[in-house]
Amino acid sequence: MLRIEGLQSGYGRIQALHGIDIAVTEGEIVALVGANGAGKTTLLMTICGNPRASAGKVWLAGEDITGLPTHHIMRRGLAHSPEGRRIFPRMSVLENLQMGAARGDPAHFAQDLERVLDLFPRLKERLAQRGGTLSGGEQQMLAIGRALMSRPKILLLDEPSLGLAPLVVRQIFEIVAEINREQGVTVFLVEQNAFHALKLAHRGYVMVNGKVTMSGSGAELLANEEIRAHYLGGGHG
Amino acid sequence: MEAKTARTLLVDALLGGLVAAAMALPMLGVRLEDSANGLSLSGRLDWVAWAVGIVAGGRLLIGLLRLLLAGRVPSPPAPPRAVMAYVGWAMVAFALVLPFLPFSGRNLVDKATLVLIYVMLGWGLNIVVGLAGLLDLGFVAFYAVGAYSYALLSQTFGLSFWVCLPLAGLLAATFGMILGFPVLRLRGDYIAIVTMGLGEIIRVVLQNWQDVTGGPNGISGIERPSLFGLSFKMVPPEGKQTFAEFFGLEYSADHRVIFLYFLILALALLTNLFTLRIRRLPVGRAWEALREDEIACRSLGINPTLVKLSAFATGAMFAGFAGSFFATRQGFISPESFTFIESAVILAIVVLGGMGSQIGIVLAALLLVGLPEWFRELQQFRMLAFGGAMVLIMLWKPSGLLSTREPTIRLKDTS
Repeated sequence: MLRIEGLQSGYGRIQALHGIDIAVTEGEIVALVGANGAGKTTLLMTICGNPRASAGKVWLAGEDITGLPTHHIMRRGLAHSPEGRRIFPRMSVLENLQMGAARGDPAHFAQDLERVLDLFPRLKERLAQRGGTLSGGEQQMLAIGRALMSRPKILLLDEPSLGLAPLVVRQIFEIVAEINREQGVTVFLVEQNAFHALKLAHRGYVMVNGKVTMSGSGAELLANEEIRAHYLGGGHG
Repeated sequence: MEAKTARTLLVDALLGGLVAAAMALPMLGVRLEDSANGLSLSGRLDWVAWAVGIVAGGRLLIGLLRLLLAGRVPSPPAPPRAVMAYVGWAMVAFALVLPFLPFSGRNLVDKATLVLIYVMLGWGLNIVVGLAGLLDLGFVAFYAVGAYSYALLSQTFGLSFWVCLPLAGLLAATFGMILGFPVLRLRGDYIAIVTMGLGEIIRVVLQNWQDVTGGPNGISGIERPSLFGLSFKMVPPEGKQTFAEFFGLEYSADHRVIFLYFLILALALLTNLFTLRIRRLPVGRAWEALREDEIACRSLGINPTLVKLSAFATGAMFAGFAGSFFATRQGFISPESFTFIESAVILAIVVLGGMGSQIGIVLAALLLVGLPEWFRELQQFRMLAFGGAMVLIMLWKPSGLLSTREPTIRLKDTS
């Protein structure tokens, strides 16, 4: 579904990614975990074409998308829920969802809306409310819901647990699993919350300083001593 | 606690007084006198003392009022949607009958026309600033392009106002696109600086391109508009009828004034209707989303370049329409009418109206353009009254007269 080979990228003279190889097959949930500043968000942004890759290739469903402008990439069945949620604060929840469908066929807007609202009943209660007045968890739901409105085949999630209470994090991860299971959407998840992410994911990658250092199934990585020590708070996770 | 608030109040008043002193000393404190022995300076410290006293006292009073009224007077809730719709229709109805009301005369209709020009410009700029969030300080450039387009097309090719109007809009929109390009990569304040520069460039070109624009002398004798070929002149051109003849009325110069009033009213309402409609369309929604968050827009597959350029072009087009109207109303244009201060006034109308509120812009245009006109009787105190009104608005409604945004879509039943 998504294949990344030797990807390098950065901001100006600072290189953030030093040759990344990652593959996500259809129907999978793949988690990329790593500490602050490891380059996780940069990787997602580079997949989306902003910043552009300085070397390496990105294939989406067999097509080379490296170097395409962002708005072209986003029309190829890929959706991105950006870091920090980035909902439109002064627009209503419904308008936010409408924006998610901006590139889709207006004919199935009602159907997609119903699907998203079934996933996130909380949003249904808040449709007329302004995005900025939602709680952090609701905003995250809105960001994911907005991304789903374009009927993506693959969903890129950037730190959905950022700044949320543990209970809400669990709720959101359950919904992500449901999206994957019920709707067959492939998920590529970037997280600092390694414990939850690896528990949810079929497979995982660990990223350190712009390089992938480890990979394996979610369970394998969770059991790994080194990972427990570094990312899971010395095994108490 | 009590003592502390009293102290802050006093400190506030003192600071206000100091600022007033700094401003008043050079402006009020020194007076240039022309006496028999030549020019001499004389002090006028009593005026300065008055200014400082008024400002410090006023600051203290406002602070005290705020303290006393805190919590007691609930801030007025935003008027409900239905009420605003009625207010809007009532305003349109009033505008339609205004020229025929018993108290209105030629002077009033003329002033109303002026206000409507600014309402239209405000609505046009609102597309760029209020919806798309691009702070444009050079809007007057497109107004100028519209005005000169009409003047030149009509004088060079003898085209009528009705043919030139869409052409002027088109030309202004093209300029909007051209000037939009350098701004694409910029954000916020930088857009303001660059657009301000571009606006000035247009004015300087108009001023210096003698052969085409007539330079500082401008263009005079611009053709007045006609109504379906009916002229509003006393003596019609060869083979044409006048408006008065056709309807069997006695000739009056008022006819043209009223006709121009309805013309700008129609143009302004067209702008408004356009904005209200486009906000519900994908383009308009994309403008608003871009104002909110450009990165999120990108990640939803929206091309920010196209969205920004379309906002610039659309806003410019309406400025172009308004510009042609201005040219045909005045019959004379020169670069002096398109200075930076015009851009600033239009932007002030949009900001004061509450960034994005259509009715707010009407109120703000009435205040900013209408008020100084009505205050003409106050003569040299006109600007004082105007400044006072501005200060009151900023105290009372710091985020604009009507700053609540209406969603463009609602579900009828959310149960």
